[in-house]
Amino acid sequence: MKEWWKSGAPWIWLNGGAVTISMIMVFGLLALILVRGFGAFWPHPVFETRYIAPGADPVAVVGELRRSETLTGQAMRDAGIPIPEEQLLVTRHLVKMGNRDVTHRDFGYFLDDFMEEWRYPVDIAVLERREWGDFYGVPLRLVERGTTVAVGDEVWPEFQQRLRRSNELFDEIRGIERGAIGRINFGIERVRLDERRAELRGTLTDEVRAELAQRNEDLQAQYRVLEQRLNELYQEAARDSIVMRIADGQEVTIRLADIVKAWQPNNMSVASKVWFYVKDFFDFIFGYPREANTEGGIFPAIFGTVVMVLVMSIIVTPFGILAAIYLREYAKQGALLKTVRISVYNLAGVPSIVFGVFGLGFFVYFLGGQIDQAFYPEALPAPTFGTPGLFWASLTLALLTLPVVIVSTEEGLARIPSTIREGSLALGATKGETLWKVVVPLATPAMMTGLILAIARAAGEVAPLMLVGVVKLAPTLPIDGNFPFIHLERKIMHLGFHIYDVGFQSPHAEAAEQLVYATALILVLLIVMLNLTAITIRNHLREKYRAESD
Amino acid sequence: MSQRNPAASSLSAGLFEGSTRKLRSLADEEIAISVENLDLYYGNTQALKNVTMNIPKQRVTAFIGPSGCGKSTLLRCFNRMNDLVDSCRIEGAINLHGANIYDRKADVAELRRQVGMVFQKPNPFPKSIYENVAYGLRLQGVNNKRVLDEVVERSIKAVGLWDEVKDRLQSNAFGLSGGQQQRLVIARAIAIEPEVILLDEPTSALDPISTAKIEELIEELKEKYTILIVTHNMQQAARVSDYTAYMYLGEMIEYADTMHLFTNPSQKATEDYITGRYG
Repeated sequence: MKEWWKSGAPWIWLNGGAVTISMIMVFGLLALILVRGFGAFWPHPVFETRYIAPGADPVAVVGELRRSETLTGQAMRDAGIPIPEEQLLVTRHLVKMGNRDVTHRDFGYFLDDFMEEWRYPVDIAVLERREWGDFYGVPLRLVERGTTVAVGDEVWPEFQQRLRRSNELFDEIRGIERGAIGRINFGIERVRLDERRAELRGTLTDEVRAELAQRNEDLQAQYRVLEQRLNELYQEAARDSIVMRIADGQEVTIRLADIVKAWQPNNMSVASKVWFYVKDFFDFIFGYPREANTEGGIFPAIFGTVVMVLVMSIIVTPFGILAAIYLREYAKQGALLKTVRISVYNLAGVPSIVFGVFGLGFFVYFLGGQIDQAFYPEALPAPTFGTPGLFWASLTLALLTLPVVIVSTEEGLARIPSTIREGSLALGATKGETLWKVVVPLATPAMMTGLILAIARAAGEVAPLMLVGVVKLAPTLPIDGNFPFIHLERKIMHLGFHIYDVGFQSPHAEAAEQLVYATALILVLLIVMLNLTAITIRNHLREKYRAESD
Repeated sequence: MSQRNPAASSLSAGLFEGSTRKLRSLADEEIAISVENLDLYYGNTQALKNVTMNIPKQRVTAFIGPSGCGKSTLLRCFNRMNDLVDSCRIEGAINLHGANIYDRKADVAELRRQVGMVFQKPNPFPKSIYENVAYGLRLQGVNNKRVLDEVVERSIKAVGLWDEVKDRLQSNAFGLSGGQQQRLVIARAIAIEPEVILLDEPTSALDPISTAKIEELIEELKEKYTILIVTHNMQQAARVSDYTAYMYLGEMIEYADTMHLFTNPSQKATEDYITGRYG
């Protein structure tokens, strides 16, 4: 034993153990997110059974199994559920039953003991609707403007075909609303602002007024044309509906216009499930959220996160690098510099919410308010930059990650051998020329390291963003086809905040759970992707300056 | 050579055997640089004490002496490389073209263009071979491709590296061997046509074959340039230099024709050092 102790083996075991535990925790977390996140889109089978709880009428249950858990019989007995004394454990299932609008109960817990055998009828269909969540039922007949057009086995193929048409109509409606009408609204708002600006400057002559009125009239005319078209489309879309029978035998009519997609999970081959899965995943990434974010896709959140991180990188990189160069190369080493350096390093430890509060107080209200008064007086009292938005969020994050960039760059500069500098100086280069032509290029890998750390930190940050620009639902993307194309003043959506909002602020916690895992997965993948890009660039640079890294 | 010191001659007999070299005298030489009463302090310690010497034009002058004797410090005074050390203070004068390089109005960058330097460890820039040599010219604003091509080729040929690198001028200079890198650095120095080249132990990090090549190169370069070399290797000093200065504890002990200094040193300290009895 003493020998073993002396040999140093315990020390190795201790170190190895620490690594192992860290790895288990990291990979455990990743595995959980991966499994739950990727599992969210698989079309689960739908069962049908009867639930006979003691002392209650039998209930028909149709739904998909979400989760099973084992509880002690005692706990159930304490809750007043009659479980035999001798039974120690009971199994409880969480079942998603959908049909929120009809039954007002889309999730339910059921004890395994009181359930009859589960059957998987092939004709049960799941409809994903634009409102009220999923719908479970058996399709009975297809109706076109009040007349039945298909019954029995013909319903499903005919329904699929008509659903495609209805979705095409919906896409067209969405395209007009988001694109053309969005543009017209933007134009009308512009006219209003132009008029107000002219008024403020005192240049609002009759001529100008007439021109603005003409512009407004043109836009209104365009709008009327589109409105007409929209009405037609809505009429068209309302043509078909499907009648479904739900678990308790009720017949419910659903308009095809309200359905996003439909599938019969018990009647799908593995190949078609895989195809469904891929399409669903694609829709999730490129779709827009519905139902208070608990349904649909997360594209605006992905887009917002990426744009915000990019804008932050554009701000923080030059600032951090220039500051580090000054600190390392030009500033006179001494007590003052030491104080400055320690302060910068300590900034990295300040809680991020403090940056958020600072950003709101200084950037948004003070700077933003000044900008509004100086450049956007026509829009007042509605603020343009004097309200949380993309630019302020990026700027706050830039401030938050500045120390990281400064520290990495300084370390990189300190590692450049003095012989290289001397070589350049000896050829008649000034200090500035030496810096920009030789020293800074050599330090670029270190700067990239700083940027990588900054991106990793910024993309995952949520707390300060809630104060300075991230919202639950942003009506428009920060980049679009309207001049000036990048709208730094707009509010954005963010994946981190989306997780918090959907998972913990939504009324349908169960419905949102899978979405939270999926969103977390996308956030992790996004950060990994951003980092991989930066690491690739850094390795490329390292390779270029290979001999100097040792 | 009738008054040869027996101890000194036993060491250097081999060095100059069969040499048809004649003894030179500083008095006959054209002077490139003159050092007058140079004192140098690092903080409170004096590293150079009242150094006065004349460096002959288009000759190789070697500085020898034990570690810490101030020979490198003295060499770095000629292109004001000591300016980089904050605590360094210099008194006295070094005259190049009759003007004191330590004059307050002197242009340091201009001085360094006239006085090139090669360091102990090869220090190519993280750029292509071509750009390394073109660096000094680009600093002077020369961007004409034809001029650069010509100068780069001439400089690399001058250091005998052309045949080894002509097919990979655009590849990174770090890919070269140590000896090649050191010759590249010399090419880089002569590309801007200096008058003086300072060599600070240029072969101490190199293998014997590379060392021999550099020594040959020094022999060729002195046709055009005034060369000052610091070396730890006395054989090297004897082989390549025309004049040798022996320094000890910041003082110039003896400065004379190389053959004379090695075969017939006038100072006891010099003799002790070159015969290995130093200490």
